[in-house]
Amino acid sequence: MATRSEILAKAASLRALFEAQGAAVVEPPILQPAETLLDLYGEDIRARAYVTSDAMRGEQMLRPDYTLPVVQMHMAHGADPARYTYAGEVFRRQERDPNRANEYIQAGYEVFDRGDPAAADAEVFALIHGALDGLPVTAVTGDIGILMAAVAGLDTSASRKAALMRHIWRPRRFRALLDRYAGKTPMPASRAALLASDGAITAPLIGLRSLDEIETRIAALRADAAEPALSRTQVSLLLALLDVRETMPNAISQLHDLAVDMPAISDAVDRVAAREKALAARGVDTGNLMFEASFGRVSMEYYDGFVFGFRAATRPDLPTIATGGRYDALTRRLGQGGEIPAVGGVMRPGLMLELEAGQ
Amino acid sequence: MTIKLGVPSKGRLMEKTFEWFAARGITLQRTGSEREYAGAVEGIDGVSLILLSAGEIPRELAAGRIHLGVTGTDLVQEKLALWDQLVAPVEELAFGHADLIIAVPQAWVDVDTLDDLDAAASAFRDKHGFRLRIATKYHRLVREFLRSTGVADYALVDSQGATEGTIKNETAEAIADITSSGETLRANHLKILSDGLILRSQATLWRSRMADMDDADRATMTALLARLS
Repeated sequence: MATRSEILAKAASLRALFEAQGAAVVEPPILQPAETLLDLYGEDIRARAYVTSDAMRGEQMLRPDYTLPVVQMHMAHGADPARYTYAGEVFRRQERDPNRANEYIQAGYEVFDRGDPAAADAEVFALIHGALDGLPVTAVTGDIGILMAAVAGLDTSASRKAALMRHIWRPRRFRALLDRYAGKTPMPASRAALLASDGAITAPLIGLRSLDEIETRIAALRADAAEPALSRTQVSLLLALLDVRETMPNAISQLHDLAVDMPAISDAVDRVAAREKALAARGVDTGNLMFEASFGRVSMEYYDGFVFGFRAATRPDLPTIATGGRYDALTRRLGQGGEIPAVGGVMRPGLMLELEAGQ
Repeated sequence: MTIKLGVPSKGRLMEKTFEWFAARGITLQRTGSEREYAGAVEGIDGVSLILLSAGEIPRELAAGRIHLGVTGTDLVQEKLALWDQLVAPVEELAFGHADLIIAVPQAWVDVDTLDDLDAAASAFRDKHGFRLRIATKYHRLVREFLRSTGVADYALVDSQGATEGTIKNETAEAIADITSSGETLRANHLKILSDGLILRSQATLWRSRMADMDDADRATMTALLARLS
């Protein structure tokens, strides 16, 4: 096992590498206001982050990642464009696997740039790829934007699309919704009974959720019941898209084929193709780089475009060595009216040293 | 050394536990004054009785400070991460039945399933600007359940008692709590979601996987478990 000072030295060298690319070094505080994190991630973050509190500032979290404070800082007073780097501890509660670290060092690089997004994606990926050179890692890439475009292009109601979009990151519920909309699973008996009734409420109305909200939802359920089933063709195209799992050139040709029947994804597919060129221009061997359309669906919810991860090829027990992706929507949510395309990635120097030692 | 048996220190749970052991020829009793938490065991040698709050028994089992303990499945699974590596169930005692469930106002005629709850939570958040609040003291079990079933846009708020009242008081929109007969829920105009059962719990005798034993203890444990099964 590498010592803490060895890991810190490694992290510092990674940060220096990013600094050499023109990134400004940032040091966000370890204690982060809980509210922003909770608002963004919901209750799930409580299972992953340590929450503490005091009587003055209320709930705070031990920094579970850097991206959020870096985005907030940038949106408040960042240069445009800007590149940032950082290295330091992040804290994650571990309740299922005692072998996973609850405190570890991350080094990362974030790019806020309105210019060529494919080039920015490739820049982040290629830098991290280069820093991992010589280690037994396998890279996987994906693109949440394609899935979002595919959902947006479905021939169904806006509310169904919104529900699917909301659950892109929860594959089980996404699939359940899809099956329901396609008419594959029947409507629950209780809903059928509600829709057959006049929807009268006999019980006393208690709590904050008002009569108006209940009636609005009943009306939405009635409208949804009248909505025709999602066509089998569209469902199978979507499922075929989710199944794309190939080296980049093959994946892109599959995606182009799918785009013939799903024109809504054409632009997103073009973006993947442009990214492939930008990666190749940076010297990445895209012919052997994996693209998985479903990659990133169970991770943090904020990625909405390019996603990537590097796993230890010989150590499936280890967590991902480096991850990253594009989070344009996050800058919009935290930007108080502003927004800027952004992409970044983080590496785990401790795991890198462990892999080096194992060679 | 002795085999330490942890039993809830008061109320029905203690009485029913004493009865359950008595039916198997082992007499447990509180000794000393009514306020003193001391106990005695008759009918088997080498076992001592430790009276504890039911909520602390999981922790004591996990730490190996008691060898056996009686407490609910709900408390073990809520309080101990990786509980099955720390404790093992010996016998279900067939009392203290309680289901951990999710309940919403009966007036929510549009909400019967988790799917409905999720959709209602989404609309609620849009309208009110904050997440739909679920009051509970079983944070881990509820969060894990809602995560695995893919419910989003909710927040858990802590409620250590009178949880059924939180909706009327507008400190929560839904609750996750234990219920045995459902009477308190009905009295508070609440209904259980049809797929909202998180866990069926009952009083259970647990064995610690962490407690040290010498040869004599092992012999006592074998004899005791033979009497109880």
